[in-house]
Amino acid sequence: MAELLLLRHRERPELGELDGYQAQGGFDGLRKAVTTMTPAEVIDLVKASGLRGRGGAGFPTGVKWSFLSPGVFPRYVVANADESEPGTFKDRELMERNPYQFLEGVAICAYAAQANLAYVYCRGEFWDLAYRLEENLQAMRRAGLLGERMFGSAYNLDIRLHLGAGAYICGEETALLESLEGKLGQPRLRPPFPAAVGLYGKPTVVNNVETLANLPLILTRGADWYRGFGTEKSPGTKIFSLSGHVARPGNYELPLGTTFRELIFTHGGGTPSGMAVKAIMPAGASSSILPGTDAVLDTPMDYESLAAVGSALGSASVIVMDASVNLTWVLRKTNEFFKHESCGKCTPCREGTYWMLHVSERIESGGADGEVRLLRSVAAGMQGKCLCALGEFATMPVVTGIDRFPDDFQSNGRGGR
Amino acid sequence: MLIEKYPQEIERILANYPPDQRRSAVMPLLYLAQREEGYVTRAAMEEVAALVGLEATQVGSLVGFYTLYRDEPGGTYHIQVCTDLPCALQGAEAFAEDLCRNLGIRLGETTPDGAVTVEAVMCLAGCDRAPLFQLQAPDGIHYHENQTVESALELIKHLRREGGRG
Repeated sequence: MAELLLLRHRERPELGELDGYQAQGGFDGLRKAVTTMTPAEVIDLVKASGLRGRGGAGFPTGVKWSFLSPGVFPRYVVANADESEPGTFKDRELMERNPYQFLEGVAICAYAAQANLAYVYCRGEFWDLAYRLEENLQAMRRAGLLGERMFGSAYNLDIRLHLGAGAYICGEETALLESLEGKLGQPRLRPPFPAAVGLYGKPTVVNNVETLANLPLILTRGADWYRGFGTEKSPGTKIFSLSGHVARPGNYELPLGTTFRELIFTHGGGTPSGMAVKAIMPAGASSSILPGTDAVLDTPMDYESLAAVGSALGSASVIVMDASVNLTWVLRKTNEFFKHESCGKCTPCREGTYWMLHVSERIESGGADGEVRLLRSVAAGMQGKCLCALGEFATMPVVTGIDRFPDDFQSNGRGGR
Repeated sequence: MLIEKYPQEIERILANYPPDQRRSAVMPLLYLAQREEGYVTRAAMEEVAALVGLEATQVGSLVGFYTLYRDEPGGTYHIQVCTDLPCALQGAEAFAEDLCRNLGIRLGETTPDGAVTVEAVMCLAGCDRAPLFQLQAPDGIHYHENQTVESALELIKHLRREGGRG
């Protein structure tokens, strides 16, 4: 396996303790940033590394930071730890086992953004994990790794935790900010983007946990070193959360550009049933579903290559389904999820997810003529009309499931899986 | 009143946010209220609203929006099984049904002694360790992963006998 940059705790469990983390060069990146670099230089370095946001959108991280409204203060940094996409469980492992690398990343981001206060928005279900993170933050404060005049500089920073309370939509960055402000977690109309009007109306950077965890090593080892991993347009490694019908589900950190075949068969051990891979959802429930053909299995998993085969890398939560699965069941499951999680703010998503669930339930249990066409037309009617990406995500498995697995929808796909 | 019972904890919660942004404290205060009664009572909604400068109906809408808050009493312990797609592929739906059958209840119901409510929930970010559930106990939320019906029944037996966090 390639060198681990993020899941390093698997080889060095002592990274979970502050002493152990510091003994491995922990907080050298933050110290270097704060004592020898200007915030603008940190932003330039992260731009040069080519790091792209790991939460799903893949937007260049340094570029996102450079959009902060100049001269407007205070500014905030918020770590998006609301990991809730079905099939995604990477941020949880990072925060549980390698928490200081993540928190150092938050601090580096805050320094680059010239923010003196950062929040970690952690989903409420991670109750025990949040308790430990609070202890990690206390240890950092005691060690002078947070607080006033850090490393003898003029820079002050505190990082605080905020717990969500069960709402997938809060992974959307503007809904997350609303929630952190004590409001319903419903997305804002954009623009303005958070870099201009974010938390409490101030310029704000929101980054995913995995994105932030990349920063300490980029700071200490440099952009060129980082670009030695992955592909030219998708540099670095990525944590792939592998689940579903695989013998060895789990997180695998691999260079971007690794093929599905290597992930599913070499690392995941193939399907437990020995059956062929029928379908792959590379981005959790929010996926355009891919058939398990040789061409797909040999596709490199990076942002560009997955777009080229009609899907997206998203958060790289690869759900594998073997030949026992019927797509009518899969669509009912994804529609249940999105109907439950739609925030209700915009009509196309609120009504559309409701009707997609009801029609897909009827199709799964036998259905009547024309209902597959009806389901597809509801999905098509939602596309491009929703306030945020949730509504769009909900339509993707529906449209691609129907179009790419037509046999499952013949005779309206007789029940079961 | 929560403020009489937990003045320091409430002070700590409010101090987590900028002084002019008290509203941000509404979610942690609701967790405090729920810990006290097992659900968020009408009186607690009014008290929390007053603490952060909201109307009680606004606090009520937050309780309704976020699934981890409850506005009516349930079992002392809530076993919430993830049955989303990745877990379902690993048998989570059958697990939840079997567990309920063994407890003599249906999904979403509470055992007659009021100890345990079993519910299906959306993704818990533990898809590689299915079947799994979160246990909502009076003191917080705890994960139980790689479960079997036997291990879950053993846990329930323990909770009924010993109480505590599970």
